Amino acid sequence: MSILDFFRSNEKPSTANMAKERLQIIVAHERHKRNQPDYLPAMQQEILEVIRKYIKVDQNDISVQMENTDDCSVLELNITLPEAV
Amino acid sequence: MAKIIVVTSGKGGVGKTTSSAAIGTGLALKGQKTIIIDFDVGLRNLDLIMGCERRVVYDFVNVINGEATLNQAMIKDKRTENLFILPASQTRDKDALTMGGVEKILNELSENFDFIICDSPAGIEKGAQMALYFADEAIVVTNPEVSSVRDSDRILGILQSKSRRAEKGGSVIEHLLLTRYNPTRVNAGEMLSVEDVKDILAIKLLGVIPESRAVLKASNQGTPVILDVETQAGQAYSDAVARLLGEEVPHRFIEEQKQGFLKRLLGAKKEGAMA
Repeated sequence: MSILDFFRSNEKPSTANMAKERLQIIVAHERHKRNQPDYLPAMQQEILEVIRKYIKVDQNDISVQMENTDDCSVLELNITLPEAV
Repeated sequence: MAKIIVVTSGKGGVGKTTSSAAIGTGLALKGQKTIIIDFDVGLRNLDLIMGCERRVVYDFVNVINGEATLNQAMIKDKRTENLFILPASQTRDKDALTMGGVEKILNELSENFDFIICDSPAGIEKGAQMALYFADEAIVVTNPEVSSVRDSDRILGILQSKSRRAEKGGSVIEHLLLTRYNPTRVNAGEMLSVEDVKDILAIKLLGVIPESRAVLKASNQGTPVILDVETQAGQAYSDAVARLLGEEVPHRFIEEQKQGFLKRLLGAKKEGAMA
């Protein structure tokens, strides 16, 4: 390491590091989505329709997520109900 | 039974065809009977890189459609023993390749060859999926650059879910081939390092091909760059082929090479040094 490198290290992080950090985040996010079963969006739509029969909710008020751990899968269903039900 | 290896990347322009040509030639040089198949229907280019574009009479699609036999369509390489090329069709019909047709041809080739190299088209559409479906191993060609790394991860996802091996509960053996690598720029913090890319993609490193003038010069002439044994790129491909055959070879050309004063003064004429 030269003296120049020593001064350089005090500067802002290198663009290569920025690239690595951005990639780690987006790749982790995309892998998570990839592991979800294909039927999830369709199922989400059907659940939404059933709920809509009774309560007025919006597409965005419902989220369905699949979490996979080693030996069990958790299907998480989150519905935000309107204030005056 | 041949080993089927797909050379794929997701992103275009990263060096799939250059790598297919170099690795196929390298395997043949090692005495392995090898055929390289161009899967890029409509955008045939392997023939140009291999320097046999004027010898193409029949193509992959002709064979699938029964318009020609495999023996008529295969081109025997003039430089290297044991090496054959099966060119892609220039048809604009996207559905020219069928899964059944590809399988039949691969089965037929499998009996007579040691290695079948499938040069995949870019993208994740049907053509790319067809190229990787029957693969036993995959060489994922990646540039040290954000869009290439992300697309490589995408293609790894497809290998893990939509290949024949994955559908049968197994897995395709995955290799990372990092191309257009520039150690000087890595040291300057301008380029993702080998370790960075390995960390993100988490697959085994097959080789690192340094960015080199030799690659363009080889394609200009229609000679696989691996035959240019004087160059770093050629040597790096040779190392990668040896590793593919199970040999333990240390990685070269990953570190920046310090140039002498005189060499710097005279300029890097041969190759490398492309800041």
